[in-house]
Amino acid sequence: MAETLSSTPKVWQHRNRNQQLLSWFLWLIGTAIFMYCWQIVSESTTWFFVWDAPRIAADIGSRMIPPRWSYIGDLLEPLWDTLNIATIGTMMAIVMAVPVAFLAARNTTPSARFVRPIALLIIVSSRSINSLIWALLLVSIIGPGVVAGIVAISFRSIGFISKLLYEAIEEIDKNQVEAITATGATGLQTLVFGIFPQILPAFAGISVFRWDINIRESTVLGLVGAGGIGLQLNASLNVLAWPQVTLILILILLAVIFSEWISAKVRHAII
Amino acid sequence: MSIEATSPNSGVSGKQSAALPESWSRPPFIKNHLLRWGLLLGVVLYLYLSIGSLEVNWTRIYEGLDRGAKFIFGFMNPNFAGRWNDISEGIIESLVMTVTSTVIGIAISIPIGFGAASNLAPLPIYLFCRGIIALSRSFQEIIVAILFVAIFGFGPLAGVLTLSFATIGFLSKLLAEDIESIDKSQAEAVKATGSPWWQWINYGVQPQIMPRLIGLSLYRLDINFRESAVVGLVGAGGIGATLNTAFDRYEYDTAAAILILIIGIVMLSEYISGYIRAGVQ
Repeated sequence: MAETLSSTPKVWQHRNRNQQLLSWFLWLIGTAIFMYCWQIVSESTTWFFVWDAPRIAADIGSRMIPPRWSYIGDLLEPLWDTLNIATIGTMMAIVMAVPVAFLAARNTTPSARFVRPIALLIIVSSRSINSLIWALLLVSIIGPGVVAGIVAISFRSIGFISKLLYEAIEEIDKNQVEAITATGATGLQTLVFGIFPQILPAFAGISVFRWDINIRESTVLGLVGAGGIGLQLNASLNVLAWPQVTLILILILLAVIFSEWISAKVRHAII
Repeated sequence: MSIEATSPNSGVSGKQSAALPESWSRPPFIKNHLLRWGLLLGVVLYLYLSIGSLEVNWTRIYEGLDRGAKFIFGFMNPNFAGRWNDISEGIIESLVMTVTSTVIGIAISIPIGFGAASNLAPLPIYLFCRGIIALSRSFQEIIVAILFVAIFGFGPLAGVLTLSFATIGFLSKLLAEDIESIDKSQAEAVKATGSPWWQWINYGVQPQIMPRLIGLSLYRLDINFRESAVVGLVGAGGIGATLNTAFDRYEYDTAAAILILIIGIVMLSEYISGYIRAGVQ
């Protein structure tokens, strides 16, 4: 052993020399990239405004309290719209996402070479584009309103639901499917009696989870004109009516807590 | 509530003594009859009310079909060249914001994550850190971006701060959950050598959470890029402003080019992060 030959005992180290050099090198590169990026951000920042920020923040804060409670009458209908955007959007997404998931799962896809890549492309396109951008697109196509919001939410949710669902389908127990097939069941019957029961809990969980996320997302869709409480938020911000903004933020917070509570309750009941 | 996964053989293995049933029907997903029919009735009632309250302007949608076709046509022939300067500037700014905000977010999330782990932190620190996480998680990025733009002025700094703030809620929460589920015996073994606190963290806890931390950071890098495309809508820098302008001018070919770039970058980063994660674990 080399250690016994050297006069001074070797101290234990977490990494050997090469690993240590590599690790330092990676840190160096990472730090350099970060500093470079920070420099770019810094160049396009007006630092005068940033140094002034605490005063501005205090100013806005003082304007925001107390919330204008009387405004709540105008907010109930947008809140109902927000709930509808999230719920109907999720339902539409489920209808479209289930077939996509079955086409994308390795064990149920009709053709792994041709159909599966298309399904995966649908999933990744839907997932990469935020619901606000979908809303922007749909508002410009079908006009402002709740419908654009519903369609935006459903387009964004297809990818999410399909991805989680096809992963669940790929993990099913083959024996159950084989047992159903052995009875002479047709393809459809195998699907209904062999595969559906196995993914049903996962499916319900995923749907409720996405509904919960959609409630959050639908609260801001109004910023680009797609209906819901975001419209009021945008209008209040445009006229700098900070007490109304506070009230809207409180309502959004309550809606988020409510949806999270329901989703936790349902998922708890399923699992 | 009694919602259970269906067990296919429960009906068969029951009582064999009586005459065997002639037909079989699937056990329902929700066993309680009252709850099942109640839920169904509730859903139908809700759908009736909500669809009734929708105001659909069919003529406007019909007119929109034309523009929809134009957009799909734009997707087939994306126009990268027309506004390439704006697009490349926006994309680079988005990428820069993504990197900066992810690094800052991770740097702040790690101490908060440790503070929010109930097996490491004393109660006051635990509650404080959990409070920060709850605050960060409860508001949409875009709302935070609006406030930050109002406070710090237009530009990418507001976006960077927004995304960093959002990263804290995400990363600290998942990190804290991972720290709470570490293997105690390893940490105890390091403590038994008489190591001080920071060595205990460094050699007993950190190696156990490192793979997950790297995985989560890469995932968050992905999310931050996607979100950086959105915060631009309210003036916080990035590609969002360019995209918004393209839609406002009905330049669907340019918009399609930007969307294709976003999808491409997300796919690429997902591929790379999958590769790195496979190497780390």
